Amino acid sequence: MTIREIMELLDAKVLACEESLDHDVHSACGSDMMSDVLAYVKDQAVLLTGLVNSQVVRTAEMMDMRCIVFVRSKQPTPEILELAQESGIVVLATSKRMYEACGKLYSSGLKPEAVGDVQ
Amino acid sequence: MNDAVVLHFDVDGENFTSAGEASVQVKKTLRQMGFPPEVIRRVSIAMYEGEINMVIHAGGGKADVTVDSDKIHIVLADKGPGIADIDLAMQEGYSTAKDNIRSLGFGAGMGLPNMKRYSDHMEVESALGKGTTITMDIYLS
Repeated sequence: MTIREIMELLDAKVLACEESLDHDVHSACGSDMMSDVLAYVKDQAVLLTGLVNSQVVRTAEMMDMRCIVFVRSKQPTPEILELAQESGIVVLATSKRMYEACGKLYSSGLKPEAVGDVQ
Repeated sequence: MNDAVVLHFDVDGENFTSAGEASVQVKKTLRQMGFPPEVIRRVSIAMYEGEINMVIHAGGGKADVTVDSDKIHIVLADKGPGIADIDLAMQEGYSTAKDNIRSLGFGAGMGLPNMKRYSDHMEVESALGKGTTITMDIYLS
């Protein structure tokens, strides 16, 4: 599915890298613990998280992810968004909680893939 | 015979926000040099974990990366408190990080095990009260 479809499924707003909304992504993971993302995630393109700091963007960048979804109405700072824009990572924000957000994407065909069941 | 590319970074221990900048720079450099994505990712993650460790445990340090014809060699050196029991620190899930670090999304006890997982060879030298030096090699096949 495209990142734009994720945005629509989650009633999310796009906060950075809007120009990449039509990129295709095939898998996702959800975690508030970046240590676990770095340990268990492999080839997931989307990270759903309720953690908001600049290391979320750095972690996503290290893992070659394309999109970060901040759940539970978390608001990233302009500094975080600037970092994401520089790194070419789309940032979405949704008011949905982690469980519901993951569930909606999973049931719409976005898979966990590999060993990445972090949450 | 190509000369090795050497990169040096001072890792600022006071600034959690900037932690990872050296790893981002290494990743960009390796990408420009045309390395395969899997090699770049392994180097980036191993170094990023090490950089985060230096910031949260050791008040910063120095990172040196040498790109040679047969391997990428990473040396991370700090003058932090040292590691009391290296075998214990290498176990997944063991962490001495405080709750404030966990609230930042780190300190799950995966840093050192991850560095070992993503590198082909790793050595940890540490002296209590003096500091820690971690050496990692990622071989280029």
